[in-house]
Amino acid sequence: MVERAEDEEKWLAAGIAGLQQNAFYMHRALDSNNLRDALKYSAQMLSELRTSRLSPHKYYELYMRAFDELRKLEMFFKEEARRGCSIIDLYELVQHAGNILPRLYLLCTVGSVYIKSKEAPAKDVLKDLVEMCRGIQHPVRGLFLRSYLSQVSRDKLPDIGSEYEGDADTVVDAVEFLLQNFTEMNKLWVRMQHQGPAREKEKREKERSELRDLVGKNLHVLGQLEGVDLDMYKETVLPRVLEQVVNCKDEIAQFYLMDCIIQVFPDEYHLQTLETLLGACPQLQPSVDIKTVLSQLMERLSNYAASSAEVLPEFLQVEAFSKLSNAIWKVIEAQVDMPIFGAVTLYSSLLTFTLHVHPDRLDYVDQVLGACVTKLSSAGKLEDSKSTKQIVALLSAPLEKYNDIVTVLKLSNYPRVMEYLDNRTNKVMAIVIIQSIMKNKTCIATAEKVEALFELIKGLIKDLDGDLHDELDDEDFKEEQNSVARLIQMLYSDDPDEMLQIICAVRKHFLTGGPQRLPYTIPPLVFSSLKLIRKLQGQDENVVGEEASASPKKIFQLLNQTIEALSVVPASELALRLYLQCAEAANDCDLEPVAYEFFTQAYILYEEEIADSKAQVTALHLIVGTLQRMHVFGVENRDTLTHKATGYSAKLLKKPDQCRAVYACSHLFWVDDQDSIRDGERVLLCLKRALRIANAAQQMANVTRGSSGSATLFVEILNK
Amino acid sequence: MVLVLALGDLHIPHRAPDLPPKFKSMLVPGKIQHIICTGNLCIKEVHDYLKSLCPDMHVTRGEYDEDSRYLETKTLTIGQFKLGICHGHQVIPWGDLDSLAMLQRQLDVDILVTGHTHQFKAYKHEGGVVINPGSATGAYSSITYDVNPSFVLMDIDGLRVVVYVYELIDGEVKVDKIDFKKTATTNSAH
Repeated sequence: MVERAEDEEKWLAAGIAGLQQNAFYMHRALDSNNLRDALKYSAQMLSELRTSRLSPHKYYELYMRAFDELRKLEMFFKEEARRGCSIIDLYELVQHAGNILPRLYLLCTVGSVYIKSKEAPAKDVLKDLVEMCRGIQHPVRGLFLRSYLSQVSRDKLPDIGSEYEGDADTVVDAVEFLLQNFTEMNKLWVRMQHQGPAREKEKREKERSELRDLVGKNLHVLGQLEGVDLDMYKETVLPRVLEQVVNCKDEIAQFYLMDCIIQVFPDEYHLQTLETLLGACPQLQPSVDIKTVLSQLMERLSNYAASSAEVLPEFLQVEAFSKLSNAIWKVIEAQVDMPIFGAVTLYSSLLTFTLHVHPDRLDYVDQVLGACVTKLSSAGKLEDSKSTKQIVALLSAPLEKYNDIVTVLKLSNYPRVMEYLDNRTNKVMAIVIIQSIMKNKTCIATAEKVEALFELIKGLIKDLDGDLHDELDDEDFKEEQNSVARLIQMLYSDDPDEMLQIICAVRKHFLTGGPQRLPYTIPPLVFSSLKLIRKLQGQDENVVGEEASASPKKIFQLLNQTIEALSVVPASELALRLYLQCAEAANDCDLEPVAYEFFTQAYILYEEEIADSKAQVTALHLIVGTLQRMHVFGVENRDTLTHKATGYSAKLLKKPDQCRAVYACSHLFWVDDQDSIRDGERVLLCLKRALRIANAAQQMANVTRGSSGSATLFVEILNK
Repeated sequence: MVLVLALGDLHIPHRAPDLPPKFKSMLVPGKIQHIICTGNLCIKEVHDYLKSLCPDMHVTRGEYDEDSRYLETKTLTIGQFKLGICHGHQVIPWGDLDSLAMLQRQLDVDILVTGHTHQFKAYKHEGGVVINPGSATGAYSSITYDVNPSFVLMDIDGLRVVVYVYELIDGEVKVDKIDFKKTATTNSAH
């Protein structure tokens, strides 16, 4: 293979040398106005292009040099024409060249001047040339020759408004010329596939790929003709091009040309010819990557729809959506071996299209998702990451478009698609959903919607089957659950009954979450409920005699049970705090027994569960602080609770802590804004007790460390 | 001119999803030299976010804070002022000025910053200042009904500190300003 490359370099060098030498003589002849000699040398020069030894890449280099030389020759011919030399004669003369390839190059060159002189109708000359080029059937040489023809004729086509348009010459002729050239070039191109031994197929395909733009150029020129309006495109151009594409039965050509058609011609044309274009798709070779083609088409149409609102009615008129979804359905049916990834990509493109063009038609969106579900159901749960990524993209698209989870919740097929994701991806998707809600600050206001939402994010709420706990990273888990916690703040309804329903629904789901999740999920739920209670408090006067379904009492009952659930974790410190919060709320509602019950629970937790001294100090601060604010208790209850609190304080481990806690308790006996609680004696008792402890503390400290640290305690007590 | 941000009681994610967007857009990294946080953030994410606004951050422990390494009280000196931070649930009765003043004397600071009540307060008291920046997210509080999100920005310049309080009322940010001047004190002996 290396030898071939080296040899090729040698041949190319030789070719270029030969070409340049003949060019030199040609120029000399031109300078001395020796037409015969000039033609002779030019023919010799062009003979270098007769080689079969060069790959397309190298041939192109040779071709470019010849092209440059021919330009100069053309200029000479033009001069000759002006000086009165007959073009027709020239046209005859060049045909005497010995070999056909140089002859045809020269003919094209003269033909260009011929058309320009307008001595004959453009269409006649063009027709002649395009026919004559059939003489070269070798693929590479033929392609380059026709490419040359295309290049020199480009500005001389009888397009509308061009100088070459006449009564006999119309754009129809231009189109005909281009279509013919295109057809012939495609045939040559396809023929390359079958040349040569089978083992060199890869090399051939690579060479073909290098040449494809030569073929595509014809379509570009077609696309740029002014005269090719929608009707001409529909009646003539598209059918002829598609005919060639389908009939050539070549995978590489079909894929490239379909793509070319989509890129070259305007989107409005595609809309109006959608049926024809899509009709060609099932007729293509099965190995053609049709999904990329369709995706490209849908993407272009989506962008077209997004560009301006005025084009949208067109889409409805041509029933674009149903045509596209039918086409996709047919393709998927036909290609049984298409991998799931491919099918999902197609549906993804269709979904994007639908969201751009028909955003208000949720039923269309749902349809697309439904079709996806049907396809997925034959495959079971997805394992490969490409497909899962694609599905996540598919599901994220409606979220981004609508920015409103409530709309997305209406799509009945959405959760079904999620079913097919593996557990990890399910969670990823759930987080995406939550992030979308948080970003858009969407409020979810009915219990029904909450249920639907929780169905979608159930991967986060509880363990799904087959979950492996050791897989889960600690940090990630925390983040996950914190997201869920934040989500709760977004579930809100102004109607208390509805709100209570929401709380109940959420509670039901959370309690299935298992001990690891509860510490994260229960607190926001509790606070949500407390907020509701406070709201109901304000409304209490209005609800007279009605059996209101949402009442503080009921909610407190719920809360009691909910916080109890934390005991399985166990999370006693958290539970204690929550009980105290509830007690305060009950206080505000004047529900003495409820508040007492909460305090009892808190005390029990303190006695039984909280053993760490630091935790005890904080807990006690909270207990005393809360109790100090309570006004709902009758004398007996208050006494019991205070007595207990003081007792706990005295039993703390470190003396300084004890002392501080006890003097804090002194506040329990004297609350400035409540006349019933002004028991000076008990206050004094407390302070004296604190003093005793401080003394003891100082003595101890002197024994062990001899410091005067406890002097501060005395100061503090003094302040009190 | 030293800018000190004082805020606390965010209670994210238990009682609030996030800081109000209007506050977030005002708090830009690089403008503030110190952050004082009274506590109850409650999770690491919030800590990291605040740290990104200003690396010099001082936090004290609130009763719901996840991170147990925060201290109960903290003191620091900025310019001519000594500042003290404490969450406030340790000071009983909660919100009582006299008890807070006791804490101020105990810590020997000019400015005491506490929280827990979720209500903005600023008192001049015996040559010092007691500030409560309220709750930056407007979180539910058993003590205060109708909490408006608020935080405090202190501008310390020599012997003078200007306290700006930002409150979010009905969707609009309202700013108020209080001036304090420190009298050059001599250290009093016991």
